[in-house]
Amino acid sequence: MAAPLLEVENLQVHFETEDGLVKAVDGISYTVDRGETLGIVGESGSGKSVSSLTVMGLTRSRNARISGAVRFNGKDLLGASDDDLRKVRGNEIAMIFQDPLSSLHPFYKVGSQIVEAIQTHKDVSKAQAYDRAVEMLGLVGIPEPRRRADSYPHEFSGGMRQRAMIAMALANDPKLLIADEPTTALDVTVQAQILELIERLQSEFDTAVVVITHDLGVVAEMADEIAVMYAGRIVEQGNADTIFNGPEHPYTWGLLSSIPRMDAARDEELVPIPGRPPSLINLPGGCSFHPRCPYVRDAHKRVDPVLEPIDGNPDHRVACLLDSGARKKLWEELQAGVTPQAARQDVIEEGAA
Amino acid sequence: MAAYIVRRLVWVIFLLFVVTLVTFIVFTVLPAADPAVLRAGRQPSPELVAAIRKQFGLDDPKIVQFIRYIGQILPVFGHDGVNFGYSYQSNQAVLPQILNRMPATIFLTGGAVVVWLSVGLPIGMISAVKTGSWLDRLTMGVALVFISAPVYFFGLVALFLFDDSIGKFKLLPGSGAYQDAHTIFGKAEALIMPWIVLAASFAAIYARFLRGNLIDTLQEDYIRTARAKGLSERKVIFKHGVRSAITPIVTLLGLDIGILLGGAILTETVFNIQGIGRFAYEAIVRFDLPVIQGTVLFGAFFIVIMNLIVDILYAFIDPRVRY
Repeated sequence: MAAPLLEVENLQVHFETEDGLVKAVDGISYTVDRGETLGIVGESGSGKSVSSLTVMGLTRSRNARISGAVRFNGKDLLGASDDDLRKVRGNEIAMIFQDPLSSLHPFYKVGSQIVEAIQTHKDVSKAQAYDRAVEMLGLVGIPEPRRRADSYPHEFSGGMRQRAMIAMALANDPKLLIADEPTTALDVTVQAQILELIERLQSEFDTAVVVITHDLGVVAEMADEIAVMYAGRIVEQGNADTIFNGPEHPYTWGLLSSIPRMDAARDEELVPIPGRPPSLINLPGGCSFHPRCPYVRDAHKRVDPVLEPIDGNPDHRVACLLDSGARKKLWEELQAGVTPQAARQDVIEEGAA
Repeated sequence: MAAYIVRRLVWVIFLLFVVTLVTFIVFTVLPAADPAVLRAGRQPSPELVAAIRKQFGLDDPKIVQFIRYIGQILPVFGHDGVNFGYSYQSNQAVLPQILNRMPATIFLTGGAVVVWLSVGLPIGMISAVKTGSWLDRLTMGVALVFISAPVYFFGLVALFLFDDSIGKFKLLPGSGAYQDAHTIFGKAEALIMPWIVLAASFAAIYARFLRGNLIDTLQEDYIRTARAKGLSERKVIFKHGVRSAITPIVTLLGLDIGILLGGAILTETVFNIQGIGRFAYEAIVRFDLPVIQGTVLFGAFFIVIMNLIVDILYAFIDPRVRY
């Protein structure tokens, strides 16, 4: 098998601040194959955005301490010079962001912002670049693209702006598109359209996609692989089917039970995850999820879990101190409507043993 | 756009009327000194004072005096032309005197604007890009000194050091040289020191302002987008960052030019330049009411007009602004 398109290995991104060392990303590894979609899921502050900004080299600064390895097409990106990295950015790896209004420059016309992206990497005339920009705008479903290319971002609706961002990102035919919360700022009706658009263009351009989101609904539609992040680490990783149908980490369970489901009874309540994400400066000892975990045992406060494959499925990896058998039972009970608080102690004890 | 400008011009007229009314009230209705006594000179006879009162109509009801003054400003119902009244001191019409002094003030302001923009803006950009570096700290420290030093202090220090007749280093023409020079180059040379002194605090303010703006702008999402596109850092900062950060400078600049055209009082006084500011200063010292009123009105006019120009300019600078 060919080497993966993107390989992230034990990536650590720490920031030195006046308050202390912020461990935004603390040793994560994942790979993305050509044309594949990886979903990175987690709450705000889980390090999901920082990890992908680091892939682009956008977290480089005086107070950032970055280690590990990022290889793109076999090329080392962490060690690359700023100039080499610039040739990759917007060319081979493109990115779209959460808020499409603030992500487009308010003083420049949409068309010329796309032209700029093209001319940065391709040696083409302005007219050629403009034609390409118009073509891209048409491709992402903007009506009358030649006329709209002459508009300013504030004259676009939210969905149109995100379409324009996508047009700009894909204008250079990148091999990898990183979508950082691409639908969070949009209306629900527009969200589905944008996701559909990304999927359609992905197959058209054969682009790999990393979609970063806190919304499991988004990754359910798009992702082949899913990585669930918590406090700078990946706590569960597997293919989409496994994560949705046989998740083994209590945090993933929490995420799953906090999304509304169309097929659930109307009076079924959503279950939020109690507590807040931990401070990345002062991580809780042991399993960093333990203060919010309903199944916590004393031992979990001391031992650091490692992300390891579970028996019988080497592609499904979980970082949890509960016994795999106990996890399976607890998930079945949750499915059957048992609340975490009422979970049977003996099952948990069994896992703690 | 045209409708907007017309609406704004109506406002300008209303504002200028209010300014006229307020200055009139401050100087005539509220008791200060008796202008007739001031006009009459030393130890005047009661008859002379009475004659002056009659000549200037100072015994007329205030409202009549005000309407008469309006008549001297507006061409529509004035009887002896637009002259902004007559100076109590020199008995000359005020308007021609103000217009005579306009060029000096315009020359002083224009040169200073060029100096402070060409010094302040680059410094602001560099310290924003190199935040926290020794260069940033040094320039911002120096800027703070210049912001804090008033013109009458900084101007006198400059004269003490560089005046070509009394200075330690006889380098530049100093106080009064502007009047003595007769060529445009001579006048420009005479203004070098005033330009620098006047521009110093403005350059410092603009540098700090642009620095702060640019630092904020560089945190914007669209700057991240520009970087994600693979643009060079130079393009990111200048084409994307400075373009946004410099826009509010236009507001600041418009206001400052408006204020200075109404008279750079301190600079003109320190360097003895016969501009509007110096004229106003002398009028205030001598309680020369018509001159004070005239200069105040001129100052207000420039400020309001510059404001209008700035607002119109915005429609061209910022595509989000529409009238």
